[in-house]
Amino acid sequence: MTTSVLPQTATDRLRWAVADGWTVTRRDLAHWVRQPGPVIFSLLFSVMIVLMFGYLFGGAMAMPGRAGGGQASGDYREFLMPGMFVMTMLFGVGETVSAVTADARKGVTDRFRAMPMAPSAVVVGRGTADMLNAILVLLVMIACGFAVGWRAHGGVPETVLAFVLVLLLRFALIWIGIYLGLIIKGEEGVTMVQTLEFPLGFLSSAFVAPSTMPGWLGAVAEWNPLSSTILATRELFGNPGWGGDSWITQHALLMAIVWPLLLVAIFFPLAVRRYAALGR
Amino acid sequence: MGGTGRAVSAEGLGKRYGETAALDGFDLTVPEGTVCGLLGPNGAGKTTAVRILATLLRPDGGRAEVAGFDVASRPAEVRASIGLVGQHAAVDEVLSGKQNLEMFGRLYHLSPGRARRRADELLARFELAGTGNKPAKQYSGGMRRRLDLAASLILEPAVLFLDEPTTGLDPRSRNEVWEAVRSLVDGGTSVLLTTQYLDEADQLAGQIAVLDRGRVVANGTPDRLKSLIGAERIDVVVHHAGEISTAVAVIGRISGNDPELDVDNRRISAPVRDRVAALTDVVRALHDAGIEAEDIALRRPTLDEVFLRLTGHRAGRPAEEVAT
Ligand SMILES: Nc1ncnc2c1ncn2[C@@H]1O[C@H](COP(=O)(O)OP(=O)(O)OP(=O)(O)O)[C@@H](O)[C@H]1O
Ligand SMILES: [Mg+2]
Repeated sequence: MTTSVLPQTATDRLRWAVADGWTVTRRDLAHWVRQPGPVIFSLLFSVMIVLMFGYLFGGAMAMPGRAGGGQASGDYREFLMPGMFVMTMLFGVGETVSAVTADARKGVTDRFRAMPMAPSAVVVGRGTADMLNAILVLLVMIACGFAVGWRAHGGVPETVLAFVLVLLLRFALIWIGIYLGLIIKGEEGVTMVQTLEFPLGFLSSAFVAPSTMPGWLGAVAEWNPLSSTILATRELFGNPGWGGDSWITQHALLMAIVWPLLLVAIFFPLAVRRYAALGR
Repeated sequence: MGGTGRAVSAEGLGKRYGETAALDGFDLTVPEGTVCGLLGPNGAGKTTAVRILATLLRPDGGRAEVAGFDVASRPAEVRASIGLVGQHAAVDEVLSGKQNLEMFGRLYHLSPGRARRRADELLARFELAGTGNKPAKQYSGGMRRRLDLAASLILEPAVLFLDEPTTGLDPRSRNEVWEAVRSLVDGGTSVLLTTQYLDEADQLAGQIAVLDRGRVVANGTPDRLKSLIGAERIDVVVHHAGEISTAVAVIGRISGNDPELDVDNRRISAPVRDRVAALTDVVRALHDAGIEAEDIALRRPTLDEVFLRLTGHRAGRPAEEVAT
């Protein structure tokens, strides 16, 4: 019999964790190669929203800091793109949830759990694959932004930092996605998460400035963690629509780091606990 | 293995879901190198038992060892010694069969080359070699089951769990799974399989444990279980429905037990002790009563009858329906 040898030392265990995590990542990547439909569809969807908001609604959108309301819609597209970068990261949550629930439903998660592999690999592999996917999505959105006239006006360090902040937010959202995926059972739950992404996005500074919303709604939108990343990246890119009177908008850069770390601090342990509780 | 000579030993396992006791004092021992059939109707607790033994579920009470390792304190060792074929095929449906087996092989820490060779071997063995690059989603139910089984055999496990491995399969696929199980056992693997099919347990298992409402209510060889309810039975089929009640009285008197009745088929069945004497007695008594028998036969009891006798309800029917 070819019974496998279990890792004895901490180094062995770490090697297993890395190797197994990477095997699971490769499997998730293979899904996109073998079944590119959903990925392409979600990219087209994001591009469509850019076009729709940039050209269809753009002229009617009120932007802060321009008196007289006479701004060109080219400015709106400058305003929109940082919001869209963040929105595509948010759309990723639905994809994470959908992948996690599908594995649980099909029994694949159980098969992994009954194998002598590193227990962390399932979650780590999912997270790594989703991060790689997020980078791809972001590259496509940058190209799309360039095509509609968006530009990063800051220096290279600012631009790089802005994209790092966007990916940091995605990293935090992965743990929310994995956690939700582990509690949600059916496909209806996945649809619900995907449906809720839009109101969550509208209730941020992604499409319109919170200062134009009714008082309390504007405050909610400003405190939406998405808004901090959006405002911070607008500032770093030199795009219009950042800054404001409230504390939260004035500290967007700080909060674009604090919010994701806080979300990770909450949802990473929750997801790990939930995964361990599958045996209960 | 841990050298205990036992592939599985469970003592007093319990698992509750709210009001339902899925397992309630579950005891079972499966000696190394044997096949044990865990037989029970829907909801009896078969899947719960298998999931606990495969370290997927923590029991509320009791203890269990698999391949000599405690499932609670040495789950990693247990996982390295088992293969699990769950009730529903658990393969990646987007990947091809080969990709599935290679991935699982890598997760069993085979080198890339060995994982590939092992995948090819298993694909050939389970007649999946011709499926090429097709995603497992497009496989038939039987092919998916075989892929599932192949994935559980990558490391040639010491103990294999099969949860209703042939439910929903056509007779040909069912025979293929049976053949695979038999050849594994020849190779020294111990098997615990659950089933609702009495003939399946009879076919494959040297030991049958009958599970009812979370508890093993009978345990032994198929022959021993059958002998529990009387060595032999006589079956009589009468021509006319009107003759049934008289025939029941006649047969009951000779058997000394209340006969079982299948009205639709006009079949009367009762245990007998002295087979030849009982046969001649029944033939003569029926003739004297003026009843024409369509068919009279002596036979061993089926496991269905064993189940009915042991649990008070028929197999394949939920316990609650009969309990009321
Ligand atoms: N996750 C769960 N939550 C609540 N109840 C459960 C859960 N899993 C099992 N049960 C209950 O426990 C009992 C035993 O279930 P189990 O799945 O072990 O039965 P089974 O013998 O495998 O049945 P089947 O032949 O239908 O597969 C059933 O009454 C079932 O409803
Ligand atoms: Mg079951």
